[in-house]
Amino acid sequence: MAEPNRIEARFTKLREQGRKAFIAFTTAGYPNLGAYPLLLEKLPAAGVDLIEIGVPFSDPMADGPAIQAANNQALREGITLAKILDMVRDFRTKDNETPIVLMGYYNPIYSYGPMRFLDDAQKAGVDGFIVPDLPPEEDEEFRVPAAARGLRVIRLVTPTTDAERLPTVLKDASGFLYYVSITGITGSASAEAANVKTNIDAIRAQSDLPIAIGFGVNTPAQAQEMAALADGVIIGSAIVKRISAHLDDYGKPSATMLDDALTFVGDLAKAVHG
Amino acid sequence: MQNTDEDNASLRAVPDDKGHFGPYGGRYVAETLMPLILELEKAYNEAKADPAFQLELDDYLKHYVGRPSPLYYAPRLTEHFGGAKIYLKREELNHTGAHKINHCMGQILLAKRMGKKRIIAETGAGQHGVATATVAALFNLPCVVYMGELDIERQRPNVFRMRLLGAEVRPVKSGSRSLKDAMNEALRDWVSHIDDTYYIIGTVGGPHPYPAMVRDFQSIIGRETRQQLMEAEGRTPDSLVACVGGGSNAMGLFHEFLDDPSVAIHAVEAAGHGIATGMHAAALTGGRAGILHGMRSYFLQNEDGQIQEAHSISAGLDYPGVGPEHAWLHDNGRVSYVAVTDDEALDAFQLCSKLEGIIPALEPSHALAYVGKIAPSLPRDHLMVVNLSGRGDKDIFTVAERLGVQI
Ligand SMILES: Cc1ncc(COP(=O)(O)O)c(C=O)c1O
Repeated sequence: MAEPNRIEARFTKLREQGRKAFIAFTTAGYPNLGAYPLLLEKLPAAGVDLIEIGVPFSDPMADGPAIQAANNQALREGITLAKILDMVRDFRTKDNETPIVLMGYYNPIYSYGPMRFLDDAQKAGVDGFIVPDLPPEEDEEFRVPAAARGLRVIRLVTPTTDAERLPTVLKDASGFLYYVSITGITGSASAEAANVKTNIDAIRAQSDLPIAIGFGVNTPAQAQEMAALADGVIIGSAIVKRISAHLDDYGKPSATMLDDALTFVGDLAKAVHG
Repeated sequence: MQNTDEDNASLRAVPDDKGHFGPYGGRYVAETLMPLILELEKAYNEAKADPAFQLELDDYLKHYVGRPSPLYYAPRLTEHFGGAKIYLKREELNHTGAHKINHCMGQILLAKRMGKKRIIAETGAGQHGVATATVAALFNLPCVVYMGELDIERQRPNVFRMRLLGAEVRPVKSGSRSLKDAMNEALRDWVSHIDDTYYIIGTVGGPHPYPAMVRDFQSIIGRETRQQLMEAEGRTPDSLVACVGGGSNAMGLFHEFLDDPSVAIHAVEAAGHGIATGMHAAALTGGRAGILHGMRSYFLQNEDGQIQEAHSISAGLDYPGVGPEHAWLHDNGRVSYVAVTDDEALDAFQLCSKLEGIIPALEPSHALAYVGKIAPSLPRDHLMVVNLSGRGDKDIFTVAERLGVQI
């Protein structure tokens, strides 16, 4: 096993404190290139334990309308993978502990050049990646060189991952496990606690990795309910929607956007932390 | 594996068991879908090995689709170009007017065998949507077809056809509002309806096993062609020409002949306004390797790996990617990939209509345009087979508009 990185350090610390992790997803460059770093910088103080940065893609197949729209706007604003790494580098000058995971589709990474990207991401201070269109069957070419650089490729477990398949997903998993609580796209439905519990228990029986629940969690009440079932809760679409409510027809944010988004993030954090 | 001699390796023995055609293909899908495509692969392999499945498919192809489609010697086109002897493989005479029904028939029988209760599809020109709606009607299964708003505008007759057949056509407003976005939306539907839904993909694209499965269902085109030309001329063709959107009609014609070194194979992409303008749909001629829609292949993309919109007068070719087997055949040089422009295709559309009394779809008009470039300089005994993948009734509004004619 490689050196522990910020992800393991954070989950270990939270476990010692008996706390659950609140993982906030936001779309890089959304609502614009100027506002995003300000949001990013304030997430830890608002109670975010692990930051998930969405890397915009023209064709976000696993995402619902809210994140699709955020992707499009961020791309129009001119976001690129290189700019996202710059934002992480700046963030690291102020915060060297909060883990950062980039979540994005494989093509922009492939286009950048996976090895060069891994080198640059490591130098910028990224800790891991969630690549939804890179299942275990295809992730070796990225996962192995990532691990060699101390970076984690987070595996996803879903309601369709049956008992026969689960070992395939857990083998070579690292960092934490992302439990996708619904069968659907981001922000579409809400998870059913009873179903989630059964599946989380099945994963627990076979893995010691921390488990975070995401995709179907939209409100503080749901966040609280899900936190009781796992080691962490991931919330994305709800935050993105909160930001989008502040945009005018031209995508320009209101003056209160940042404060309101952070207040909402704070409420979610409180719900997760209990 | 006994045979390690590269030169002797069959070009027809791909993909491997993970769905790879050399470096291309694979299964780049979300974990939620992974168990579903593994189940599909297993079900397809079982069906393929089951003679009863093949018999049932053959029966529908013969009595419902109208196969075999004729291989027609086109005397006036041949005379006009003054070179190669041109044969047209008449896929436009199939029920629903294009080759798409071949893989829809195969896939609906598979869906039925798997006990699926709901059918979804994406469509560009609407030909695949019509073929899917047709087989769904035949087997009494509810059907949802995703179609870009832009394509709904330019392929109105097919939208109405699908509705007549009982399908629900859902307009896709995201992204470039055309075929690639319709495919995104169909994939989103599939992850949201995992238990009962079968996704009928309309080309040799998507995650494994789709590229191989759709090719297998389409390869009847090439098998018939070999036999029919043998009957007509007593030999194999010297060259094949087909248009490439995702690549299903082309793979259907080519696959049978990949190991016949004497057969030259030309695949024609859509050059739109011209490759140099950037406004085209030629993934192999003007794109580069990438990952989208579950496969590694060639895609039109910008320097940051964002997928770009394709441009073609033909909605069926207006896709920024291409099936992974074509990417492989491109790189290994077995097939030559070329591109023709909107204007060249429009000319060929009119020429074929006037000379042969056959109104071709705009898609195979691209193939015909390329025939016009190479046939004249070939000898009279050169046998060239062109895949006439669809009929042009659906395109008359687009063509009339381009020609400035009010109908
Ligand atoms: C008549 C016809 N030919 C060709 C195509 C392109 O698809 P493919 O390259 O998969 O054959 C289409 C797509 O709609 C079509 O309708």
